[in-house]
Amino acid sequence: MAISVKVMRRPEAGRMSYMRATLKGMSLTFRHMVRPTKVTLEYPEEQPELSPRWRGTHRMEVHADGRPKCVACGLCPTVCPANCIRLVGGEDDQGNRYPIVYEIDEFRCIFCGMCQEVCPVEAIHVGQHFENAEYGRDRFVYDLDRLMEQDHPVTQLWDPSDPRSE
Amino acid sequence: MGEMQELSTFWFVTFGAVKVVAVFTVVMAVVAYMTLAERRVSAFIQDRLGPNRVGPFGLLQPIADGIKNIIKEETMPGTAAKFYFVLGPALAIMPAVVTFAVIPFAAPLPTPVGTVDMIVADVPIGILYILALSSLAVYGIVLSGWASNNKYAFLGGLRASAQMISYEVALGLSVIAVLLLAGNVTLTEMVWKQQQLGLWFVFPLSLAFIFFLISALAETNRLPFDMPEAESELITGYHTEYSAMKFSMFFIAEYAHVVTASALMATLFFGGWDIPFWPGDDMFRHEGAWIRGFDESGAPIPTSPSVLITLLTLAAFSVKTGFFLLLYIWIRWTLPRFRYDQVMHLGWKVLLPAALAYIMLIAGTMLVLDQLGVAYGMLYGLVLTAVSGVTTLAFLFFVDRDRVISGAHRKRTTRARAPRAVADPAGRTPPS
Repeated sequence: MAISVKVMRRPEAGRMSYMRATLKGMSLTFRHMVRPTKVTLEYPEEQPELSPRWRGTHRMEVHADGRPKCVACGLCPTVCPANCIRLVGGEDDQGNRYPIVYEIDEFRCIFCGMCQEVCPVEAIHVGQHFENAEYGRDRFVYDLDRLMEQDHPVTQLWDPSDPRSE
Repeated sequence: MGEMQELSTFWFVTFGAVKVVAVFTVVMAVVAYMTLAERRVSAFIQDRLGPNRVGPFGLLQPIADGIKNIIKEETMPGTAAKFYFVLGPALAIMPAVVTFAVIPFAAPLPTPVGTVDMIVADVPIGILYILALSSLAVYGIVLSGWASNNKYAFLGGLRASAQMISYEVALGLSVIAVLLLAGNVTLTEMVWKQQQLGLWFVFPLSLAFIFFLISALAETNRLPFDMPEAESELITGYHTEYSAMKFSMFFIAEYAHVVTASALMATLFFGGWDIPFWPGDDMFRHEGAWIRGFDESGAPIPTSPSVLITLLTLAAFSVKTGFFLLLYIWIRWTLPRFRYDQVMHLGWKVLLPAALAYIMLIAGTMLVLDQLGVAYGMLYGLVLTAVSGVTTLAFLFFVDRDRVISGAHRKRTTRARAPRAVADPAGRTPPS
């Protein structure tokens, strides 16, 4: 199939007024000069409004007594397509399973949100948060304590006001 | 009142030195803030914000830029002609900062020791000094373009020389019309002549102003005539190889030229420091006394300088110059760059003959008016305004509509006769 090229129709010679075009352009730029349309978000001072479905930094939900809600079922490391979750589970005296090691490598994570989707006890979440810059690479593997400390709002996997994403 | 107290040599030298320092400082400060204004205004035009981080509204940005440029590493191309490579920026910046010296920026200032002219050097050759020195600026550009030993820089230098020579002619010819009407080359007297005419020269010499505006844009290498730089074609033209403060010096030179050209336009065509509709600020040295004008019998009306008038006229001059600075920025961020052949075409085939013809017309009109015994005043100016107005409209009509400057499509239709694929009404070429 031939590439279709759009040919701009030029006005015939002697029929185009450059003077008028120039003045038109000058008036257009003048209107913008005196009243610019604001499109820039001045980021550190102004914060962007995140979508309820924004998937950012992870967060581990905790029980009222401070224990993680995670039951170390192993679904999230299994489903994780980036293989960024390391989980070593353990069992206490009452037979409750809990994570001994729970680490998420934020560098490897692709923020797909599958860990949150698959979690049977709604423990691990991705959150509405993106400011996770650090001074060193070693600070990007979040351990359990760090995940439990996060307090940003968690992601809603669908927008409650628009559940079918219409 | 009206008697003049001349400055003694000591005070003349002292005030001279103060004026040199003050004017240089102000011009450099305006240049610095012109760079900020350029970036901010261009940002507003393009719906951006521009630099607003350093200081309130980004007002300290020029200082930050200056510090950055001074502490940046200077690079020296290995194959450059070192002496001329270093000489280039110096030659470029020198004429740019000295041309402001002959522009009067306010009415004379009275002091206890005598009246001080608000001009750095009231040299009798006035405008000729500016023309002579501003055309020296091209040496710096050509030299740095050549000494860089870089093909883009070299092309930029070549373009600069061709363009500066072409438009220097049109610039000079448009100034000649002003000289005819003012009868003098000192800028102080030109301001006075405009006050006496009761009309700024932009009205009786409207076409000369248009020529001057176009030529000044070309002379200062500003868009739409920035052939020597032409980022999209020549990287940055003549200063491709320059970095840090050497680059900054070209930048300062360009903006200093813009400031001078704006001040010159304000002085030659917009009455300089004259305040419109108010004869009270008119002031000129006449036979050892300050006069405001002449009454019906031809006797001089005395006046005396005052600090208030000096300040008001300084403000008027600043407003006029500021308007042209803004116009420069505004034009730059509106109009696209001309093609090189269009620039040459416009300079040699349009502006040069048109300016020559216009000089003849103005000289002829003035000769007729002088023969008829019309005194230099409002009527004189209005007749010239009518003549110039008709000529300006005729010129614009002639230049407009593809007759003189034409786009690429015109070139194609006149040059190539080979059959081409014709676009169908839907705007698509037929598949081959």
